[in-house]
Amino acid sequence: MSTLSIDHVSRWFGNVVAVNDITMTIGPGVTGLLGPNGAGKSTLINMMGGFLAPSTGTVTLDGQPVWGNEQIYRHIGIVPEREAMYDFLTGREFVLANAELHGLGEKEAQRALATVEMEYAQDRKVATYSKGMRQRVKMASALVHEPSLLLLDEPFNGMDPRQRMQLMDLLRRMGDEGRTVLFSSHILEEVEQLASHIEVIVAGRHAASGDFRRIRRLMTDRPHRYLVRSSDDRALAAALIADPSTAGIEVDVTEGALHIQAVDFGRFTALLPRVARDHGIRLLTVSPSDESLESVFSYLVAA
Amino acid sequence: MYDPTVARLTYRGLLGRRRAVILGALPVLLIVISLAVRGFSGADDQVAADVLGGFALATMVPVIGVIAGTGAIGPEIDDGSVVYLLSKPVKRPAIIFTKLIVAIAVTMVFSAVPTLVAGLILNGNGQQVAVAYTVAALVASIAYAAVFLFLGTVTRHAVVFGLVYALVWEALFGSLVEGARTLSVQQWALAVAQKVAGGDLVTSDVGLPTAVILLAAVTAGATWYAGQKLRRLTLAGEE
Repeated sequence: MSTLSIDHVSRWFGNVVAVNDITMTIGPGVTGLLGPNGAGKSTLINMMGGFLAPSTGTVTLDGQPVWGNEQIYRHIGIVPEREAMYDFLTGREFVLANAELHGLGEKEAQRALATVEMEYAQDRKVATYSKGMRQRVKMASALVHEPSLLLLDEPFNGMDPRQRMQLMDLLRRMGDEGRTVLFSSHILEEVEQLASHIEVIVAGRHAASGDFRRIRRLMTDRPHRYLVRSSDDRALAAALIADPSTAGIEVDVTEGALHIQAVDFGRFTALLPRVARDHGIRLLTVSPSDESLESVFSYLVAA
Repeated sequence: MYDPTVARLTYRGLLGRRRAVILGALPVLLIVISLAVRGFSGADDQVAADVLGGFALATMVPVIGVIAGTGAIGPEIDDGSVVYLLSKPVKRPAIIFTKLIVAIAVTMVFSAVPTLVAGLILNGNGQQVAVAYTVAALVASIAYAAVFLFLGTVTRHAVVFGLVYALVWEALFGSLVEGARTLSVQQWALAVAQKVAGGDLVTSDVGLPTAVILLAAVTAGATWYAGQKLRRLTLAGEE
């Protein structure tokens, strides 16, 4: 069990601040590092992996500094975003070389290849591999020493849905085994499907932290959208708009539904059923239309 | 300090098909020239010294040094695959040291060995010319490999800078500007060769003690600095 602590870390390149005073703790399980492209995710992952010195602040793994400490790699496995990986080797030779650099050998390399189910292609040159196969061999090279912390930079980039699912299963398994797994992504569905914990980075800042629902709740001061179908949409709309908890209601004639924008989450959720009952209106559908990570994210980005 | 796995990866990267062809081309050219010269003008000590000094040591050795030295690390840093070496509990100076050994060995094999063969073809090692230039090539291999390995850690354009140094600085400026000759790996190596040959066929503008000190200093300095550079190497950047 390992805990990665990022303590008031900033990193700037010349005048550009890529990471701005971020503090977070990554514990066992799968954590998603979410943010749009250029938010500073790669810079942060590079600092977590000891490939970049923080301009200020510290990154430590169980109290050990990560920067300038090659012994830390006994506990860290890294899956870089970049493709290049000694293409002139076969998959087996590549993983074996990685094992040897850890002071391990054939046995561990073979086990890692089995974990990612790449034994069938292990004697082919890496140059002949598809994107998904490369990704799996990269995973094997990162797992060969059974690290307690696994860092993956945009691991799902360019993978097809089947490969994506396989990798997600594997990462979930790693998290369940008690490893600390952190992956970055700018794709919301990926993070939503896989991560039990989410850290959101926007424009170099730590925008939110927690599980998906918690992050959503942090957003309660933001308008929430609901799709409501009822026995009398117009009457319901008229009654709801009178209350300050709603900011706008659209009567969607083609859909036969109301699009309601609520500004006071708590008050609105109490108001809606009461108003419906008082006016003798039956509620047929009440669904939050933006409970997806996408909308949470766009709020955060806009903030 | 020497890591066999790093060495294996470096050898296989260096001796990959394309690079091996380039590495092999110049030695083949040297042998062909030597055979032609010997065929046309017979064995002549002065001609032998001219060919070995003018082509082998002045051009072939530095160019091979550039290819082997920068090729031992530059491409890995360039494409990011060096991350697989750096994310291991292996000391970074050990990575540099190993790569230096490999670069030196490759440079020696592809430059000193053909120099000896060419020398034997040209005049059968008369007046120790072949051996003297082979020693010079061996000595120069060490310094070139170190300098160009270091270049490979500091710039993406190591090959260009390396060739500019090897061809423009050593060959051109060296013959025009007095001071440039003192700061030339080729001249230092020649100083050692001069000692071996004994006669006046092989001469250097630099005294032997100066040459040896400068060779050692440049090799050690470049290696140390490359190690430091790798310790601080960052693979980051928002791309």
